[in-house]
Amino acid sequence: MNNRYLWLFVAFALLIVLLAVGLTRDPREIPSPLIDKPAPEFVLPRLDNDQPFTPKDMAGRVWLLNVWASWCASCRDEHPLLVDLAQKKLLPIVGLNYKEVRGDLSLDATKLALEAEKREAAARANLWLATHGNPYTLSILDLDGKVGIDYGVYGVPETYLIDETGIIRFKQIGPITPETLEKKLLPLIAQRDQKTED
Amino acid sequence: MKTRHQRLLLIAAALAALALIVALVFSALKENVAFFYSPADIKANKAPKNKLFRVGGQVEVGSLKRQEDGVTVRFIVTDGIECVPVQYKDVLPDLFSEGKGVVAQGRLNDDGVFVAQEVLAKHDENYMPPEAAQALQNAHAEGIGRSRNRCRIPGA
Amino acid sequence: MIPELGLFSLILALPVALCTGILALWGAQRGQPAWIALARSGTVALALLVGVSYLCLTWSFLQNDFSVLYVARQSSSSLPLIYRVAGVWGGHEGSLLLWLVMLTGWAALARFYSRALPDALRARVLGVLCLVAAGFLLFILFTSNPFLRLIPGAAEGRELNPMLQDPGLVIHPPLLYMGYVGFSVAYAFAVAALLSGQLDAAWARWSRPWTLAAWAFLTLGIAVGSWWAYYELGWGGWWFWDPVENASFMPWLAGTALIHSLAVTEKRGSFKNWTVLLAVSTFSLSLLGTFLVRSGVLTSVHAFANDPARGIFILAFLVAVIGASLLLFVWRAPKVGLGGRFALVSRESLLLVNNLLLAVATGAVLLGTLYPLIVDALGIGKISVGPPYFNAVFVPIMAPLLFLVGIGPFARWKAASLGEILRVNKWTLGLAALAALTLPLVYGGWRPLAALGVFLAAWIFLAATLHFVRQARATQGGGGLLASVLKQSLHFWGMHLAHVGLAVFVAGVSIVGAYEAEKSVKMAPGDTVGIHAYRFRFLGVQSVEGPNYQALRGEMELSENGRAPRRLFPEKRFYHHSAMPMTEAAIDAGLWRDAYVALGEPLDRERPDGEWVVRVYVKPLVDWIWGGAFLMALGGLLALLDRRYRSRRAATQENTP
Repeated sequence: MNNRYLWLFVAFALLIVLLAVGLTRDPREIPSPLIDKPAPEFVLPRLDNDQPFTPKDMAGRVWLLNVWASWCASCRDEHPLLVDLAQKKLLPIVGLNYKEVRGDLSLDATKLALEAEKREAAARANLWLATHGNPYTLSILDLDGKVGIDYGVYGVPETYLIDETGIIRFKQIGPITPETLEKKLLPLIAQRDQKTED
Repeated sequence: MKTRHQRLLLIAAALAALALIVALVFSALKENVAFFYSPADIKANKAPKNKLFRVGGQVEVGSLKRQEDGVTVRFIVTDGIECVPVQYKDVLPDLFSEGKGVVAQGRLNDDGVFVAQEVLAKHDENYMPPEAAQALQNAHAEGIGRSRNRCRIPGA
Repeated sequence: MIPELGLFSLILALPVALCTGILALWGAQRGQPAWIALARSGTVALALLVGVSYLCLTWSFLQNDFSVLYVARQSSSSLPLIYRVAGVWGGHEGSLLLWLVMLTGWAALARFYSRALPDALRARVLGVLCLVAAGFLLFILFTSNPFLRLIPGAAEGRELNPMLQDPGLVIHPPLLYMGYVGFSVAYAFAVAALLSGQLDAAWARWSRPWTLAAWAFLTLGIAVGSWWAYYELGWGGWWFWDPVENASFMPWLAGTALIHSLAVTEKRGSFKNWTVLLAVSTFSLSLLGTFLVRSGVLTSVHAFANDPARGIFILAFLVAVIGASLLLFVWRAPKVGLGGRFALVSRESLLLVNNLLLAVATGAVLLGTLYPLIVDALGIGKISVGPPYFNAVFVPIMAPLLFLVGIGPFARWKAASLGEILRVNKWTLGLAALAALTLPLVYGGWRPLAALGVFLAAWIFLAATLHFVRQARATQGGGGLLASVLKQSLHFWGMHLAHVGLAVFVAGVSIVGAYEAEKSVKMAPGDTVGIHAYRFRFLGVQSVEGPNYQALRGEMELSENGRAPRRLFPEKRFYHHSAMPMTEAAIDAGLWRDAYVALGEPLDRERPDGEWVVRVYVKPLVDWIWGGAFLMALGGLLALLDRRYRSRRAATQENTP
């Protein structure tokens, strides 16, 4: 076919290919480098009794680590889903409360002493859990976000599925949606459970 | 005959103009593109000297310091492994905050301080600029199992 | 129940759109009068269904129905009423619905104001619009349903992003979408003409008023958006070459080319293929802009929260819409005859150059916008293309174009004499050169770029005035010059008004670009900072309460030589529902300059009554930028009201009762 306008198609096709490649390159869609790597170690105080908690305490179990904060609006969207999940008692869910005080820009934490900040954070976290329901087997406080950095948290909420050997199997950036729960998280959990039973 | 010459001339002029414009566009593009580097890249001397580029990561908590004049600020951008001191002489954007993601555009000076001309923070409370997030992610990919260098905060 | 009604109405709209679209096109091809007639009622039904759906969503906002997820995310009970109405289009889902409302609204308008068209052509135009609407309906229903329920409902909404709580949100998106979507009518006309093979002057005349309307709305929309960014972001800039801005600017450039090329096609029957291609490109660029903004492939300060499924859908939609119309074009275009011949110098050739320059400018913006994507896709690295690129490219492309704006109207169709035009314009050219040599000195120093801008602005203004007066004199009857001026056609008035608007815009851009002054300083209450003859005295900061925020309000006294001092109140707001502070700049606007004050941060956060970092600007002629854009849009609207578009309709109306 000899048509002097055919080059338009070529240009258009190139543009579409570019845009399609661009879609796969979405910076928010890049899998976490933490996947299939050991969950970074840390020691943080528990919200309920101030006892230290480390991921080692969960060894031998498949568990979820959910990063949240009371100032985080998307956490509110996600929360009912977590409460539902907790009721199914499929696996323990650990809540990592991320920069409860410092992350809230409407407060100024720079002048607060560490103890005072911890009290404030615990009060705010407890109030939030009392209002919205508590899906967490236990919660821990990461006041300065250092653990968050080790986990590569770049937006709250985030959720990690950690298996019985302490390896991160799945990471959700942003709120868990019913779709990701159904299609990714639950199948992974089922698969893991089977392995533990074997 | 005369009109044909005229048309040839016209076509030649149009082609010349087109070539000129294409050259202009590409030279402008070449000169005004800012590449993105992470603090780790900068420490590894991958970033260019005397050329505009972008650096992104998280603002180290506790690193924001205001200089004598009250307008110039210094802070540290980290990707979790390496740190780069950044200097900026203007009002920071509303969303700038310690512990949050940031992207700065500017040049590296001889003392290894990144002199920013522009500081960007995305207009969203929870999410980081994607480039900054990428820098942190990459750093993690390389930094697993290695202990993190704590940033030294000048004057602290 | 109301949200379900809205969703139901939207679901019902899908088969209506699909059936109307397919049957109308098929009927027009086969010559089935019944199916052709269906296009008219189907289009109206579609607009009504979508309108009902939109009203339902608005109702949910007004009733604070936080069991609707979108409402819970975008609104709150403390949100002022006006932002609850405008909040409907404050997020992705609702803004898409607004887009659809406008699309079907345009289609309904096209149904009522196209009586002069042959029935088959009219059915084709409406059919194409219905199919485009069906695409958007699919998109909304499958990836962006605004009526999704939140069970159990939230007690309180999360509230609209404070950045959006501004009069700008009320007017900017509707105007912008009116423009974007309006080009769909021009697109539908082009596709209908390709389908019928009737690419002629009549087709150009029919699509001209629609194109002008869309172009005028887009111009206004972009201008309002730019003004909003100027006063709201607190950075004092009016254009950032951000991908989202470029997404609206590309269709504007292509649309500007289109209205000029339509003129040639209507008057001389030339450029037919090119005009069709432009009509398709303009709407395609609108869709491409939507893709870029909503798929998250580009990073931008005001991109929507994104979702890859949406990106894939819009990409597929782009392939369908653009691919199908290109296919049609490639198939039909070679059979379209050439129009009237024209000489090297003629109105046609000048408009051709206009079109080429605008097309090149569009291409340059497209390249700059997509370049980061190209580099990323090739795996070279992550880059950003900044304003310096666009500025470097735009000045050399636009300068010759602006010069031609002055010459164009003087050139006759078919053949013109450049010498003659220049001879007529020797005084206007001379005056413009004089202005370029002297005016910049008023601002404290001669700069080449400012002088070039002043020259072009003065030249366009003077040449347009001269042309207008000469035309009025040439057609002067017994009623004197003034009567003749008033008697000129609206089309003629519109063209010159738009060109003068361009001159005003260029003057504003050049002067503010070269002579704006800014200072960021530390100020204690009582301190003064000066720029030129202006003195800003900082009087301190107080805490004030807003409806849904708390603010630190600064007080600044602005004094300039010989004028009573005025008070400015820049604010730093803390919205209850949001973690982020918001800077509200205070502007003393004026015809000749804006004085602009924004609060930075307090030096000590515990003592907001103490020292602050404050940013002050003096921006000469900055308001001319938006004033010029407003004149351009007004010119476009005047032109489309011209009698010749109306009288034809009236004439045929009598024939078809």
